[in-house]
Amino acid sequence: MASQEVLREETSRSSFFNDPKVRSLFFQTLVVIVLFGSVWWIVQNVIDNLQRLHIASGFGFLNGRAGFDISDTPIAYTSDSTYGRAIVVGLINTIIVAAAGVITATIIGFVIGIGRLSQNWLIQKICTVYVEIFRNIPPLLVIFFWYSGVLAVLPAPRDSYHLPLGSFLNQRGFYFPRAVWGEGSWLIFVALIVGIAMAWFVARKARQRQMATGQQFPVLWTSVALIVGLPLLAYVLSGFPLSFDLPKQSTFNLTGGFQVKPEFLSLYLALSCYTAAFIAEIVRAGIRGVSKGQTEAAAALGLRSGSILRLVVVPQAMRIVIPPLTSQYLNLTKNSSLAIAIGYPDLTATAGTVLNQTGQAVEGVLIMMIAYLILSLVTSAVMNVVNARMALVER
Amino acid sequence: MSWVRTEMALAQPAPTSVRGPIAWVRRNLIGSLGDTILTILGIAIVAWVLPQVINWAFINAQWTGPDRTVCATITQGGIQPDGWTGACWAFVNAKFGQFMFGTYPIEERWRPILVAILFVALLVPMLIPRVPRKGLNAILLFLVLPIVSFFLLIGGAFGLPHVETSRWGGLLVTLSLSFVGIAVSLPLGTVLALGRRSKMPIVKTLCVVFIETVRGIPLITVLFFVSVMLPLFLPAGVTFDKFLRALIGVSLFAAAYMAEVVRGGLQAIPKGQYEGADSLGLGYWQKMGLIVLPQALKLVIPGIVNTFIGMFKDTSLVLIISMFDLLGVVKQNFSDANWATPQTARSGLVFAAFVFWLFCFGMSRYSMYTERRLDTGHKR
Repeated sequence: MASQEVLREETSRSSFFNDPKVRSLFFQTLVVIVLFGSVWWIVQNVIDNLQRLHIASGFGFLNGRAGFDISDTPIAYTSDSTYGRAIVVGLINTIIVAAAGVITATIIGFVIGIGRLSQNWLIQKICTVYVEIFRNIPPLLVIFFWYSGVLAVLPAPRDSYHLPLGSFLNQRGFYFPRAVWGEGSWLIFVALIVGIAMAWFVARKARQRQMATGQQFPVLWTSVALIVGLPLLAYVLSGFPLSFDLPKQSTFNLTGGFQVKPEFLSLYLALSCYTAAFIAEIVRAGIRGVSKGQTEAAAALGLRSGSILRLVVVPQAMRIVIPPLTSQYLNLTKNSSLAIAIGYPDLTATAGTVLNQTGQAVEGVLIMMIAYLILSLVTSAVMNVVNARMALVER
Repeated sequence: MSWVRTEMALAQPAPTSVRGPIAWVRRNLIGSLGDTILTILGIAIVAWVLPQVINWAFINAQWTGPDRTVCATITQGGIQPDGWTGACWAFVNAKFGQFMFGTYPIEERWRPILVAILFVALLVPMLIPRVPRKGLNAILLFLVLPIVSFFLLIGGAFGLPHVETSRWGGLLVTLSLSFVGIAVSLPLGTVLALGRRSKMPIVKTLCVVFIETVRGIPLITVLFFVSVMLPLFLPAGVTFDKFLRALIGVSLFAAAYMAEVVRGGLQAIPKGQYEGADSLGLGYWQKMGLIVLPQALKLVIPGIVNTFIGMFKDTSLVLIISMFDLLGVVKQNFSDANWATPQTARSGLVFAAFVFWLFCFGMSRYSMYTERRLDTGHKR
């Protein structure tokens, strides 16, 4: 009797400790204690260290005078501007280089990816070589290669390469004619917007009519006419307000025109080349992921090869392509922080300078992290919308 | 009446229109008009690029020489005719020791070389599936070798002179950073992935926040974080070695990516496996270690290797917190007045690119081989 009592007591006790709920509670409490303990310890240390270094915490420093110059300023900025404005300039530069890189990388990536699936042996091999080279070297090295290996050894301004359309290439960058908008040029932009809106409307109506009656409408040519024709008409009507400021060669430098600095150029080219190799692989996987039966079925329905691609293969391939493509866009945006290595003033570079000048390490790193997180979230959100439109509509 | 053939007719060779080099060319290069145009375009690209590359890298290249004069044209103060372009391998040749070891003392360089030999001697049998005693091999590679290497490389014990990590450089830094990063990030990433799929809300939230934050920011920011903030986090007077800080940054960064890869594998394992393990009475760690993870990790080998490759390439970023890995040392040497020519930067970078490429390409090929070997019909 007594032994049974002991036995029951033991089983009940061991079952108490083996109860998943109790265990989970115990471990989570442990985690919370350890976490709060270490956070408290870190905060104490940070406060001590900051007091010792005489650094006031808080974001008040953002209103201080920056006192350093930035080479590429898309918005007005001088060394008398505030630290906050310097960081905003950096953020805008990051967005510019990331957006340009994303567009170019997508174009190169799609061309190379389709090339890798080509029936043509030579094209296929060239594309494979491209992918295998760029996938297996660090992006930073590609940036340095463009910067010190290619652009830095271009001729001096005096012996610049003359390129078509009045543009020049030399070791100070790429110069091309800058558009000068005269009086009344706002009409052109208005016409462009109206043209795009009308084209969208026509496309919608045409689609509705095709769904209802089966009659087709030449949407493409109408859109081209609207989007190109309307601004052109406005251009003529407003009295040709557009002129070009051509870069001119003088003894030591080029004057006029629009200058793209080698820092931007090498970062942009390197990010595009590097990410394109990954996009190419994604595109290839996407197209190969559409089963052959789909193509054959479409051919059996009597579609032409162009229509098969446009209506059957590409929509299904995009479904596979878009999620990994999104993460490549995010990677490109994050890799744009490598700009700091060649002195292009992106977010990391300007925030890093601010951080060094003010000693506000905690706030500086926090700003950087939050800015990149927001950029990532916005990109993902946009791509999620695209993805939702492409996704399989299931019953 | 009827005639039945008693022996089989011998197979005839295929008609010449579908075999042989001419048919191959017709099929693969000039199949249609568009194909022909593409081929001409391709030949034009190859004919434009290849001779230039070969000329630059081999024919015009300077392999040996004492200083910059061999790689500079006469106007630049050298011995080459004007208009000459070619690789300056003499630069790479002269700096090879630095590219490999940084400023590691020359009389002590046998130590990293010994570590490299030990590493290769342990790694090669690990990679060849037929060699037995994988368990012992893994223990030697991942537990014994790091300890031995630590004492060999840093010294300060067993009569070896101390070498500060600030004198390490070149491929030595690249390889040691990535080896430790790989050895730390896989287990840490697995734990994070398990945490993310855990049923305990607090543990799960912590893991999600960590993984998503680290994945959302660039490695440079993480490196900034560890190099600027870590000293603030510690009590006054406690300092971390810069090399160690970079190690922490790279490992944490890679662990977050690894966690997502491993999570993919965990999700691919059918629920029946988990339930089966539960019904056998296995505990959580037994269930994961014996049933789930072996299957899950096997499924995601390509992803794991891709993360390794990414991390190997990412180690080059430590030059931004002024540490000198292979790329950093190469870049540092551009400013050597003794070798400064227009060709120097290009040659050094191509050399570094080739080294990085060899390692990454090797890893990716090995992963493809493993994938094929382990593909035992599990994929659905």
